[in-house]
Amino acid sequence: MTALVPLPVLLPLLGAAVSLAAGRSRGVQRAVGVTTLAAVSAVAAALLAHVDGDGPVAVQVGGWPAPVGITLVADRTSVVLLLASVLTMLAVLVFAVGEGGAERTQAGFHPLYLVLAAGVAASFLTGDLFNLFVAFEVMLMASYALITLGGRPAQVRSGMTYVVISLVASTLFLLSLALVYAATGTVNMADLHTEVADLPAGVRSGLAVLLVAVFGIKSAVFPLFFWLPDSYPTAAAPVTAVFAGLLTKIGVYAMIRSQTLLFPPETRPAGLLLVVAGLTMVVGVLGAVAQNDVRRLLSFHIVSQIGYMVMGLGLFTVAGLAAAVYFIVHQIVVKTSLFLVAGVVERRTGTGHLDRLSGLARVEPLLAGLFLLAALSLAGIPPLSGFVGKLGLVEAGLDAGSYAIVAVSLAVSLLTLFSMTKIWSNAFWGPPPEPEANGTEGGPPGRRLMLAATGALVALSLAVAVGAGPLYGLAERAGHDLVDPTTYLEAVLAP
Amino acid sequence: MRLRSVILDTTVRLVFDAALVLSVYMLFAGHNQPGGGFVGGLVAGAAIGLRYVAGGLDEALAVVPVRPSLLPAVGLALAVGTALWPLAGDEPPLDHRVLEWHLPVLGEVALATATIFDAGVYLIVVGLVLMVLDGLGREGDEEAEGG
Repeated sequence: MTALVPLPVLLPLLGAAVSLAAGRSRGVQRAVGVTTLAAVSAVAAALLAHVDGDGPVAVQVGGWPAPVGITLVADRTSVVLLLASVLTMLAVLVFAVGEGGAERTQAGFHPLYLVLAAGVAASFLTGDLFNLFVAFEVMLMASYALITLGGRPAQVRSGMTYVVISLVASTLFLLSLALVYAATGTVNMADLHTEVADLPAGVRSGLAVLLVAVFGIKSAVFPLFFWLPDSYPTAAAPVTAVFAGLLTKIGVYAMIRSQTLLFPPETRPAGLLLVVAGLTMVVGVLGAVAQNDVRRLLSFHIVSQIGYMVMGLGLFTVAGLAAAVYFIVHQIVVKTSLFLVAGVVERRTGTGHLDRLSGLARVEPLLAGLFLLAALSLAGIPPLSGFVGKLGLVEAGLDAGSYAIVAVSLAVSLLTLFSMTKIWSNAFWGPPPEPEANGTEGGPPGRRLMLAATGALVALSLAVAVGAGPLYGLAERAGHDLVDPTTYLEAVLAP
Repeated sequence: MRLRSVILDTTVRLVFDAALVLSVYMLFAGHNQPGGGFVGGLVAGAAIGLRYVAGGLDEALAVVPVRPSLLPAVGLALAVGTALWPLAGDEPPLDHRVLEWHLPVLGEVALATATIFDAGVYLIVVGLVLMVLDGLGREGDEEAEGG
């Protein structure tokens, strides 16, 4: 089983190499991309089955034992998120092939996409803080190129914001790493668990808050979210979709992992996290309500929904963390499918501006249905996956006696529903558009493939809801592992 | 007609081969001494950069007879390959060992598999330098032609 752990990182890199060599043949690149991601999904699924049954698996890269070597760890939390991410990336890749935008015109799309996948997998699987930094950098390098793929002036301008803010975050991360290493002499997370406990309380709190700030920029929590709605919407549709679905969630994952594993309960900044969570929800959703462009509106929703995940973390209970894990899985799938719907709309009509859209439900009934399912799930309408996640969070909040944050989260749900109906009533209802005024007759050529990919993701989100029983059970076991990391520590540090 | 500086041109031709040899030396020295694939690649990349400054884009690209993007492709495959192949023997990934052969004439030859990884890094660095020149260098080249 241990041989499987490094594969989600290595296979995409190998795929990227082949894809780069086959730069002139888009057909080969597509085959390589889809095969690689499908293989990684299979590996992740096998790992999940194993990890859920037998506990975490650790691999010491290069054969150097922890805490000296490079550790990769697969546990319930990381593998379930990895599986959701890779399946989402696979669907988005199929969508990109159908869309025929940047994917068709840029030879670099496929290799970069696979490198991004490798970075994503490495972020989930890494067992030490420094390699988390490396994984983030791998992911960022690929994302810098992907976000500006096409090179339109607006893309380069907003890409600059993204690059600058990411560099600031990376520098801050590196500084925090240096401080952690200076204080403890190790960067292995399992080893840090014991080392950090011996530090003075002030140092511990300082490190904890510093790491919250670093991952807060990555995951776009209040007040560090301003870069996201500015930079995401201008990229190519599939790129925006995959960034929206994955990158911020990896920031949240890193936050969850570092706060639960590194710091003993009494120095966790729980109050700070809950305040940040509440403000993130409110500010994000208010920003969304004010937007008139589909992709910008959805981008503000990314921010708003991050608040729910941070809320689950801030409670620091098994129930809260379980709900957070389930909610992240739900968000990865649902958020991406909403952006894919937006991509189809833009492809079809040539605009994502709500004032210029109308009556799409008549022209594209299937698309309208897909949007409705994803949007209602995002807003948390039963019996969809968003409802299950939010119910879990609310229950956990009530159990922990944090009534304020529960009230905020419920109010924000209503506003989320309101902004989703805004898209629905403007874009999908109303008189149908002038017969193909600015779109393509009968839809663009890859329309079926795009709809199929979007449909597959929406189906996956339904599966997350239908399979909520077993999946929530898994999330609860994951939450348990996060609160009590004994098995994780044993897997990494045992000889 | 491109304006060429005779002094720069001649110096670059003198230095270029020596720099490449140095870069390969650094690649192999990296296992036990300062150096390694990244440093070697940087030295070779700097040498190619000099060719670009002196002779323009076409001269720089002519250093490597293949498409620039093939270099990082091969390099990445080599590096990932060294990470993957220990898995087949149930070893941890990136597990390195020293291979020794007794060859006629050369005698004992030892090669650490880490060198293969380093060679991959070397190719990636050189290839990226070429790709950057290929992607961004054309404009500067045209300015030089015009001046």
